[in-house]
Amino acid sequence: MMRFMLLFSRQGKLRLQKWYLAMSDKERKKMVRELMQVVLARKPKMCSFLEWRDLKVVYKRYASLYFCCAIEGQDNELITLELIHRYVELLDKYFGSVCELDIIFNFEKAYFILDEFLMGGDVQDTSKKSVLKAIEQADLLQEDGKERNVQ
Amino acid sequence: MPAVSKGDGMRGLAVFISDIRNCKSKEAEIKRINKELANIRSKFKGDKALDGYSKKKYVCKLLFIFLLGHDIDFGHMEAVNLLSSNRYTEKQIGYLFISVLVNSNSELIRLINNAIKNDLASRNPTFMGLALHCIANVGSREMAEAFAGEIPKILVAGDTMDSVKQSAALCLLRLYRTSPDLVPMGDWTSRVVHLLNDQHLGVVTAATSLITTLAQKNPEEFKTSVSLAVSRLSRIVTSASTDLQDYTYYFVPAPWLSVKLLRLLQCYPPPEDPAVRGRLTECLETILNKAQEPPKSKKVQHSNAKNAVLFEAISLIIHHDSEPNLLVRACNQLGQFLQHRETNLRYLALESMCTLASSEFSHEAVKTHIETVINALKTERDVSVRQRAVDLLYAMCDRSNAQQIVAEMLNYLETADYSIREEIVLKVAILAEKYAVDYTWYVDTILNLIRIAGDYVSEEVWYRVIQIVINRDDVQGYAAKTVFEALQAPACHENLVKVGGYILGEFGNLIAGDPRSSPLIQFNLLHSKFHLCSVPTRALLLSTYIKFVNLFPEIKTTIQDVLRSDSQLKNADVELQQRAVEYLRLSTIASTDILATVLEEMPPFPERESSILAKLKKKKGPSTVTDLEETKKERSADMNGGTEPAPVNASAVSTPSPSADLLGLGTGPPPNAAPAPASSGSLLVDVFSEPASAVTQLAPGSQENFASPDLASSELVSEEPSEAARGADELTHKFVCKNNGVLFENQLLQIGLKSEFRQNLGRMFIFYGNKTSTQFLTFTPTLICSDELQSNLNLQTKPVDPTVDGGAQVQQVVNIECISDFTEAPVLNIQFRYGGTFQNVSVKLPITLNKFFQPTEMASQDFFQRWKQLSNPQQEVQNIFKAKHPMDPEITKAKIIGFGSALLEEVDPNPANFVGAGIIHTRTAQIGCLLRLEPNLQAQMYRLTLRTSKETVSQRLCELLSEQF
Repeated sequence: MMRFMLLFSRQGKLRLQKWYLAMSDKERKKMVRELMQVVLARKPKMCSFLEWRDLKVVYKRYASLYFCCAIEGQDNELITLELIHRYVELLDKYFGSVCELDIIFNFEKAYFILDEFLMGGDVQDTSKKSVLKAIEQADLLQEDGKERNVQ
Repeated sequence: MPAVSKGDGMRGLAVFISDIRNCKSKEAEIKRINKELANIRSKFKGDKALDGYSKKKYVCKLLFIFLLGHDIDFGHMEAVNLLSSNRYTEKQIGYLFISVLVNSNSELIRLINNAIKNDLASRNPTFMGLALHCIANVGSREMAEAFAGEIPKILVAGDTMDSVKQSAALCLLRLYRTSPDLVPMGDWTSRVVHLLNDQHLGVVTAATSLITTLAQKNPEEFKTSVSLAVSRLSRIVTSASTDLQDYTYYFVPAPWLSVKLLRLLQCYPPPEDPAVRGRLTECLETILNKAQEPPKSKKVQHSNAKNAVLFEAISLIIHHDSEPNLLVRACNQLGQFLQHRETNLRYLALESMCTLASSEFSHEAVKTHIETVINALKTERDVSVRQRAVDLLYAMCDRSNAQQIVAEMLNYLETADYSIREEIVLKVAILAEKYAVDYTWYVDTILNLIRIAGDYVSEEVWYRVIQIVINRDDVQGYAAKTVFEALQAPACHENLVKVGGYILGEFGNLIAGDPRSSPLIQFNLLHSKFHLCSVPTRALLLSTYIKFVNLFPEIKTTIQDVLRSDSQLKNADVELQQRAVEYLRLSTIASTDILATVLEEMPPFPERESSILAKLKKKKGPSTVTDLEETKKERSADMNGGTEPAPVNASAVSTPSPSADLLGLGTGPPPNAAPAPASSGSLLVDVFSEPASAVTQLAPGSQENFASPDLASSELVSEEPSEAARGADELTHKFVCKNNGVLFENQLLQIGLKSEFRQNLGRMFIFYGNKTSTQFLTFTPTLICSDELQSNLNLQTKPVDPTVDGGAQVQQVVNIECISDFTEAPVLNIQFRYGGTFQNVSVKLPITLNKFFQPTEMASQDFFQRWKQLSNPQQEVQNIFKAKHPMDPEITKAKIIGFGSALLEEVDPNPANFVGAGIIHTRTAQIGCLLRLEPNLQAQMYRLTLRTSKETVSQRLCELLSEQF
């Protein structure tokens, strides 16, 4: 099971955090700070996995943004790496050539997409079509709501 | 699709985010945020009711502020209000806020639960999805209480939509993880298992996660999932790469589901049903085969997904640990990856091989990769990969390659990253101990560790080396010599001072005969480090000094001077001051015999799990290390007698002592050595931790041994020694130069001795071993001394238990005091009944005058000066005799040292001669002795000359020593 997922920039700005296990705010902040430091210090050609505390960390950098997942000892690193990639693909498809700014200004959308893809730290559906269909349906509902709002 | 057109843009939010991004400084950002917070607060508190859109916008702003890392302490109520909105867009933001920001405010949770309940009952799949997500995100106990009964129903209901089923499965999984007691097992479980057959692969994926976790806790209940998982897996791996449509990922069919199914199968042993088992083996073989096929795409996603399945398959193969063929194939596959250009694969291959190394089928196959792994340690640029290499070397280590692996790890340690040094130190220490054939190698390795990475050598490591040295007498002399040499380095690590201080305090006497490491030199060496050390180390050194007072009476005054100095007696540190005061006092008032008892050598430590291993487990998390260790233990049991070397037992095998025998003499703990004080729980340093109790702990048996009024001196009857004993002089000679061994043995009884002497005092442990399977009755050992002997030698002992069980051993302690010089030996008479017959055994007890020797070092000039002073004819006794043994100078030296005198090198102008010096201690007098032994190789003769201040002493020593060559 995934414990948490973080998106942060090269400059160490946190763009998205998703926690799948209850934890105090203070503890979360400490972990984010610590882990960002570790990951940002790594060089480009290094491997995508590392041991950190009692967890395994899987990360990958896309342009200016780091995607970083913490998984448990038994979990599969490579499939987690592809999980990150699939999430990036979903964002890309939804926003159209996604960039860091899209995620900053539409952070709530990034959360909704992640929620359709992962739940409670496990994959809910790996089909790109299913996830995007769910999001688009929700968007349609939003449009409806907006129209009613206007009326 | 430009981002702004998606959904309903909240312009106010976008403006706020832009403002924040444009802030030039942290201060400006905080100022802008505070302004916004004040604005939102006033809107929420305002009289005008907010419409849904405004509420949503402000809640969203709060969320953004929170995600920037600021605390949010209001807005929860507004978010809860949004939950009950009919508009999806508002509801969604409300749920998001709750998911991200919820706290355990139970009042709020109740309100949230109400909203969730409504949405779950709405039968609107989108709303149900939001509600389920919220439960899964918060996952609190209150939520489990409210919904754990409801969700299984949604999950297995026939009319539930697939997407809701997926959410329900994962939501239930989350609740089960936090509150398993609240999720009732029931009819639904069997229907959940059948979701593995569902047509919708998304449903199967979600259900497999749930089933895996449930099966870990309730394997019986979910047993049927095994065959279903195997058939599902089989269909996936044999499908063409396009069959599964959108569930094919870069030409790999359903990689996520495959990995999950393989995980599920790891909850169970290999399937019993041969058909299922065969099908699974086929699947695994197919996966292994595919790894050899050319890639269908050059994209890294393709190979990653494919290899993710492959690694999970290998995990399952290792978990089953039953198919040698598959294990070896897995190992070969990983071997290929070890040299792959992708760092990720090298990393994972090293990691997987670690577990493979613990399987008996593949351990040897893993070992063939040792050179590659060592190379990885040297060349990998990434510390996390090097760390895996260290782990693998540790896992593949066994007796055959331990020396190489430990050497490589020590090598690597010199340049290793600081982050992993401590762990490497622990690993080296464990391996060195576990696979030590030769304990001198172990001692060298640990001292190297301290030299290379002293800062990373934790307490556990140096405690352990001391435990081992104390428990193994064959390494004590070497350890003393080695630490002494290591301490010569001008800048040695404080940990070395600790180890050195402790070991010299216990065993410094073993090297004191060498003038280069005489007592004073040892002391000065240690004391030269004293002022550079921390308080705990100084405290330890003070204990070493008081032990020196006992070991080396000749430097007592030097040590007392040090203890008496203001820097000790008036030290600002209470601990040090107290030790100095108490030790000084102890050295002043205690008689030598009390000192000898109080400061006796440490008794052997009871065997227990290595504290280092415990530490490594703690560091690595119990699961990872334990499993590995447990399996390794089983495997290595036959190689090294268990994972932990058991020094006490092992020494019976490797101690070169000729007395190794069925009693295990010289290996058992001295019987009077009190068991390690209870308070010292597990660590030897506890002995030093409390100065007040240190003295009593060091002298656990002093009361009993010296002050007890019921000492059985009445047992000492005056009687003529029996004839049998008179003939036993041969036996006595055997013990002149050594203190331990078998004194007597017949078919019924074995008598072993272990003794120690210090100045005019001694203690002898007599071990009576019943070699039969029948009890000895009225077992009565008696010490017999002639009147004359009784006035010169004071022996005290206690009666032993009159019954000795078959195969059992009883011990008797004899306390000895030499009052004046003596020539006779006491006789030990043993009477007992064995199967109705009366048995009587008499044997001379080898207590000889030379046992009370203390060696004296002196220079050539002094020796000859004293030699001349003892020129009185009565003082000299000379004997010329024929050699009875081969004339080997090394053996001769050893015998002279064993005899008790110092062996003086470079004193006699003729290097072939041996000279020695020492002092015989008796209560009434101290008698200086000089000796000279001149071998004549041609004639195979010796001339032995003794000069002492007392004629009888010269006579007796000459007799005793002449018999030895």
